[in-house]
Amino acid sequence: MQIKIDENGNFKPTIVAFCCNWCSYAGADLAGTSRLSYPANVKIVRVPCSCRVNPLFILRAFQRGADGVILCGCHPGDCHYTTGNYYTRRRMTLLFNMLDYLGIERDRTRVEWVSAAEGAKMARVMNEFVARICELGENKRLEDLRCKKSLEE
Amino acid sequence: MQRIGVFVCWCGTNIAATVDVKAVAEAARKEPGVVFATDYQYMCSEAGQKLIRDAIAEHKLTGVVICSCSPRMHEATFRKTVEAAGLNPYMLEVANIREQCSWIHKDRTEATEKAVVLARTAIAKVSLNVPLTAGESPVTKRALVIGGGIAGIQSALDIADAGYEVDIVEKQPTIGGKMTQIDKTFPTLDCAACILTPKMVDAAQHEKITIYSYSEVTEVTGFVGAFKARIKRKARFVDETKCTGCGECTSKCPSKKNKNEFNLGLDNRTAIYIPFAQAVPKVAVIDAESCIKKKTGKCGLCQKICGAGAIDYEQKDEYIEREYGAIVVATGYNPIDLAKYDEYAYSQSPDVVTSLELERLMNAAGPTKGTLLRPSDGTHPHTIVFIQCVGSRCDDARGKPYCSKICCMYTAKHAMLIREKYPDTEVHVFYIDVRTPGKNFDEFYRRAVEQYGVDYIKGMVGKVVPHDGKLLVQGSDLIANEQVRIEADMVVLAAAIEPDKSARSIATMLTASIDTNDFFTEAHPKLRPVESPTAGVFLSGVCQGPKDIPETVAQASACAAKVIGLLAKDKLKGNPCVAHVNEEMCNGCSTCEKVCPYGAITYQDKEFRVPGPKRTEIRRVASVNEAVCQGCGACTVACMSGAMDIKGFANKQIFAEVDAICR
Ligand code: FES
Repeated sequence: MQIKIDENGNFKPTIVAFCCNWCSYAGADLAGTSRLSYPANVKIVRVPCSCRVNPLFILRAFQRGADGVILCGCHPGDCHYTTGNYYTRRRMTLLFNMLDYLGIERDRTRVEWVSAAEGAKMARVMNEFVARICELGENKRLEDLRCKKSLEE
Repeated sequence: MQRIGVFVCWCGTNIAATVDVKAVAEAARKEPGVVFATDYQYMCSEAGQKLIRDAIAEHKLTGVVICSCSPRMHEATFRKTVEAAGLNPYMLEVANIREQCSWIHKDRTEATEKAVVLARTAIAKVSLNVPLTAGESPVTKRALVIGGGIAGIQSALDIADAGYEVDIVEKQPTIGGKMTQIDKTFPTLDCAACILTPKMVDAAQHEKITIYSYSEVTEVTGFVGAFKARIKRKARFVDETKCTGCGECTSKCPSKKNKNEFNLGLDNRTAIYIPFAQAVPKVAVIDAESCIKKKTGKCGLCQKICGAGAIDYEQKDEYIEREYGAIVVATGYNPIDLAKYDEYAYSQSPDVVTSLELERLMNAAGPTKGTLLRPSDGTHPHTIVFIQCVGSRCDDARGKPYCSKICCMYTAKHAMLIREKYPDTEVHVFYIDVRTPGKNFDEFYRRAVEQYGVDYIKGMVGKVVPHDGKLLVQGSDLIANEQVRIEADMVVLAAAIEPDKSARSIATMLTASIDTNDFFTEAHPKLRPVESPTAGVFLSGVCQGPKDIPETVAQASACAAKVIGLLAKDKLKGNPCVAHVNEEMCNGCSTCEKVCPYGAITYQDKEFRVPGPKRTEIRRVASVNEAVCQGCGACTVACMSGAMDIKGFANKQIFAEVDAICR
C-alpha cells in the first residue's frame, strides 16, 4: 500500500497516465529531453494507441487506489491509426459521465491530446492535473479494500 | 514462473545523478520472479550488452527488464541483445527512468522512488510476456516521391540509379520547385538554372522515373513495404502525350492578362501557358479560370492552331492507384505571406519586394530580362535597402519563432550581385545578426562587406513610408546608437520561409507527425534525421526544417540511401504486437470488424467441440489477418465478450501495470 502523505503531511496522490506510443508517449519523452518537470506522482503506461485503453483499465486504477487517471493521445485527425482517438473520445465521454454519476468527481479523469512535439504541453497538462487532484484529495469512493488487503498479504 | 533479470542503467550521470540506481536494483530484487538485478554505467554499450547476455545464460533468465532511457530510443537495441542470448526478443520490457524520471525530477528521493515504481511496473508486465514471432510481409519495390523540387528530384535520381522504380508527384505543371525561380546560388554564384535543369532532364529521361506533374496524392493507405496511393492527375486540357511544347498556342492565346505565377505576379502570362522555357515536362497547360473557351465556350484558338492536336477542352481529372514500398516527402516551402507586415509597405508600394521577387527581377528569364528595374516605373534604382528577418525569429503570432537560415546568405548574394553589376547603386542591409555557418559562407559575406562595400547596419527597421516615388526607411543603428533615415528606391524584404501549405494534410494522410510550425518531425533529431517516425516514410529537404540547397541535396541523397536500404529487402519483419482472438470466447457479433481501420478482421465458420450428445457445433468467429493488423487495439475495447486482445499489450499485462503503479 502506498503511503500517500509525505513527511510534511501533504497529500501525495497516485496518478496513472495512459499515453499512446506515437504522439503522447513521445511528447512525454520530449518533456524529458527538454528537462520540463512535472510531479513524480505521474506514472505513464505506454499503450499502442489511446483507443487501446479499455474503460476497465481506468476503473481498475481507481479500485486499486489511484486518485486520478489521465489519458493522452494524438490530436484528433493525427492518430497513427487514423481513427483510434475518435473512439477514445466517445468512449471516455461515456465513461466519465458514468463515473460522475457514481460520485467519482469528473476532474479525476481527463483526456488530453498531446502531440510528439508538445513536450511543454505535456508538462503543463501534468502539472495542472496533479494540482487539481491534490485539491480533490484522496479518492476513497471506488477503492476496493479487499484487493488492497490481499495485495498487502 | 518466469526468471526475470533487471538491469539498471546509469546512463553516465544522466540517470545516476538523480536516481539511486543501486537502490532501484535492490528494490527490484525483492519483486516476485526476479532472480537477478544489477546496475551498470552504460547498458547500451557493448560491455553493457555483454553483461546482459552473460546474465541471461548464467541465471537462465526467461524475461528481462532494462531500466534506462526511453524505449523509443533503445528498445530495438536491447531486443537484439536478448535475442543474441537465445531469448525471444519480445521477452523484454524497458522502464523509462531517464526521459520520464531522472531528467524531469530534481529531488533524488522522489526520483528514486518513482524509478522503483517504474521498474516494478515493467517487472509486472514482463512476467506476463509470452514469446512472439513477427510475421513477414513483402516489399513493393517502388518508391513514391511527393514533391518535385530539387529535394524530390535528387532523392528520385538516387533511388532510380540504384535500380528501383520511382514516381514523382508534383502539383505544379512542371518539376523543379523553388530553385527554378532562383537566379544565382550562394556561395559560388553559379546560375541555379544551369545546375538544376540538367537534373530535371535527367529525371525525365531516366527509365526508372515516372513524373506525374500537375498531380496530387489524395489518399494513402497501407503500411511500410505496401503503401497504396491514389494520385489525382488534374486536367491540364492538353494531351501530355501529344504536346510537343512548341509554344505556338501560347503566343496566339488572346487571354493575356493573367498573373504569371512563375514570375510571382511581376508580369502576365496567357491562359494556355508553359511555366518557363526549361519546364519538365515541356507541355502546355490551360488555366481554366482564365481560358475564354472554358468560360464562355467561344474561342478555341489554341485547338485550331495546335499542329499536334493536343488540346482537349473536355479533359477530366484522372485518378490512378499504385503500390509503393516507401514514400519520400519533399513538399518544400514558401515565403510567408507579408500581409501582416504592413509597416514595411509591402502591399502599398510595388517597389517593396520580397527576396524571391528580387530573384526574378535579376534573372535573365525574368520579367525585366535581367536588368534590375523598379517595378513601379521601370527606372534604375540607386538606393536599395534590404531588411532581414521579416517574420523570422519572431516571438509574436505574426511571424515564425525559428531562423529561416537561408536569408543571411541570399541577401549577401543579392547585395554583392547588385554592387557588381551596378556600382553606382548604394546597398544597405538592416540585420539582427548575420549568421553564416557553412562552407565558404563567412568568407562570402565578408567579401560582400569588404570588397563590394555593402553597408550592413545592425538594427531593425521601424517603418517604410512610400513618399513621392521614393521609400522612406526609418530604422535604428544599434551600434552607433542612433536613428537612421534612408531615402530608398527599392526595399527588399527577407521574408521568413514556412512549410508548404500541403504539409499538414500530407502528414495526416501518412499519419506522419509534424511540429507546431508544420515541419515534419524526424524519427530522431540527431540519429535518424531523414526518417519520419512512421515506418516507410522518409523526409527530404525543407519539409523537415529550413535548409539551403547543398544541405537539401545532401539530405535528399541520405533519404534515398534509407529508401534503397528498405527496398533492397525482399521481406519486412512485421510487428508481432497485433490483435489475437480467443475463439472460445468469440460470439461472432461483428463489432470488432466495424471499428478496425484496416479491415484486418474477417469471420469464419469453425467447428468447436461442445459437451452433450451433439459433440461439435459450427460457430462464426472472428479471425485476424496478422499482416494487415497494425495493433492499435480498437477492437479489444469494442469486443463485448472480451475475446480480442493485443499481443504484447494484453489486457492482463496492462492490468498488472496499473496494479503495480497503484500498489
Ligand atoms: S496513436 Fe495516438 S491516439 Fe491513436
